Amino acid sequence: MNNDELKLQLSAILPSAVYEEGTEWLTVQADAAGWKDFARALRYTPGLEFDFLFCLTCVDWKTHLGMVYHLTSTVHGHTIVVKSKLDRDQPVIETVCDIWRTAEFHEREAFDLFGVRFNNHPDLRRLFMTDECPGWPLRKDYEDPVNMIKL
Amino acid sequence: MASQQHTDQTPFPGQVHPTAGGGIVISKLDDIINWARSNSLWPLVFGTSCCAIEMMSTASAKYDWSRFGFEVARATPRQADVIIIAGTIVNKMAPVLKRLYDQMADPKYVIAMGACATSGGPFFYNTYSVVKGADHVIPVDVYIAGCPPRPEALLHALISLQEKIRSGATREQIKEEKG
Amino acid sequence: MLEEVGTTEQGELVINVGPQHPSTHGVLHLIITLSGETIRKVEPHLGYIHRSIEKMCESLSYRQFIYVTSRMDYLSSHINNHGCALCVEKGLQIEVPPRAQVIRVLMNELTRLASHQLWWGAMAMDVGALTPFFHAFREREAINEIMEETCGARLTMNYIVPGGVMAELHPNFQKKVKEFITFFKSKIGEYDELVTDNVIFQNRMQGVGYLSREDAISYGCTGPTARASGVSCDIRKLYPYEVYDKVQFEEVLETGGDCYARYLVRMREMRQSMSIIEQLIDNIPEGDYQAKTKAVLKLPKGEFFSRVETARGLFGVYIISEGGTTPYRIKFRSPGFSNLSALDHMARGHKIGDLVAIMGTLDLVIPDIDR
Repeated sequence: MNNDELKLQLSAILPSAVYEEGTEWLTVQADAAGWKDFARALRYTPGLEFDFLFCLTCVDWKTHLGMVYHLTSTVHGHTIVVKSKLDRDQPVIETVCDIWRTAEFHEREAFDLFGVRFNNHPDLRRLFMTDECPGWPLRKDYEDPVNMIKL
Repeated sequence: MASQQHTDQTPFPGQVHPTAGGGIVISKLDDIINWARSNSLWPLVFGTSCCAIEMMSTASAKYDWSRFGFEVARATPRQADVIIIAGTIVNKMAPVLKRLYDQMADPKYVIAMGACATSGGPFFYNTYSVVKGADHVIPVDVYIAGCPPRPEALLHALISLQEKIRSGATREQIKEEKG
Repeated sequence: MLEEVGTTEQGELVINVGPQHPSTHGVLHLIITLSGETIRKVEPHLGYIHRSIEKMCESLSYRQFIYVTSRMDYLSSHINNHGCALCVEKGLQIEVPPRAQVIRVLMNELTRLASHQLWWGAMAMDVGALTPFFHAFREREAINEIMEETCGARLTMNYIVPGGVMAELHPNFQKKVKEFITFFKSKIGEYDELVTDNVIFQNRMQGVGYLSREDAISYGCTGPTARASGVSCDIRKLYPYEVYDKVQFEEVLETGGDCYARYLVRMREMRQSMSIIEQLIDNIPEGDYQAKTKAVLKLPKGEFFSRVETARGLFGVYIISEGGTTPYRIKFRSPGFSNLSALDHMARGHKIGDLVAIMGTLDLVIPDIDR
């Protein structure tokens, strides 16, 4: 399906979604509160069947945090990007581990580096950094005068 | 031949007097011990990142390091003499490296291979997790430059370590002399 | 959950494998829960080579950050550089000249061959056969010499840049590559005699570490790991880039899903790579090797994603730019990260020796996982 057909079908599922213009793949802004149901619809609706989550990213926009999910379908071959805004002080979102098993490690990485909490994650703990690491390293306001030598 | 040259440059330390019934060897015990130790250093299998591939190339048939005595690469630190730090050391790995070094029996030597182990290398600026040089964790005898260094550079470093041991200039030997 | 090393209440033993271990292919720390010698759970602990590359790239310019990706998956260093260059070119709308495109594809396929050769040698060594290690490195040295003449380095070559390649090919390149292909064709039969047809090897690999098709997709596996379970995911076929749509090669699929199938996929991929090189080596078009670009690159505001097929799977580069000379956020989607998440699922119920065989066929490179 191309971008326009996808847009029609997605508006039927989630009427409150906002679409970005001018991107290579259809980019959807979804609310963090309704994310789990939307994800389930994306995965299981016949005609959509996005079964391959190939990239889960977190971005620190200085006023808020953003989550970006890149999904593609091995059955139909289309790709979409789903974005979600999170509050900077209390970033909480539902996990999608039970829908796409690859999200387990990716969400642990987002928690480790940005501090995003995923509800109902089976095992949410730090992945790369040690447990004693204070703060969230990849945020823009992370300061570490001991280790980081600025150019 | 190359192997002939090597033995010519590093002859058996001491004077050999041929007499009837075999011969007499006169030497210093320190020299003989250093000569034996330098010619049979067993490296520990320790490679963290890209330099490990060049270390594996040095171990394989083209740049063979077993001609110099480094035949047996042991997996356990209890049986190894030299630890070749091939790769970057990060904050999480540093206690592991220290523990491996402590588990090695004396006399032990350390070679820091590559730019990352020498000083942090390409990961020096703006990284929050890299140890800027393996010598922040354990004392190093020989440093090798390069990213990654060629196998010939690693062989040169191994031969320099051998010469350093023979001349009595490693940290261990200086510590022993001071008493 | 987090297991401490010791004995659990059910009498199961919890032990460490790594981080310093001859068969973990880098610094991977596994905590294994065993009941007797049967594995009940495998828990990977990562971060022992986490070099904060994504943070570092936020302060490097668009020409500088490419050298760092060479060191992430150092066995496919050309292909990683290629992915980054494609992303930057997408943002700046740069047209790459045809000569540079063909050179890039040739370098990619040579790198894929070298990576699979090293995989073969290292995996055989883990399973217990020491001789293939020396065979693999002998052939790899031939490729390293070819790379060194043209690119200047043996392992981490920064040869592919935004716009094309960095320098002209060495005059000996075509001759040496043709000689290498003839040499390797005679040797790959040796590989089959030594290892593939070996009864002991087959007994160790067949039926071990089964990954079904649905699980491979759900765990996000790509590359030979997924193709051995029947998932068609070769980026060179699905979303062709450079001249991959103009060469004839087949996507190698197997349906076994076990270690032996993954092994066979890679052996056949080596033959496909040789076929691509043979088709291209005599037909390199004349022209520029690099398009004209500005000295300082500034990507426009927006997001760009590029995908390439490394020797391990899908490598993605996701650049978010705010219009400056350095990226605002870069995310590298590494293939090993997702392949590793399937290890627990594949290894349950097997013995420790089988765990080593499974890790060998997954072809993990830990700096690629930890970034």
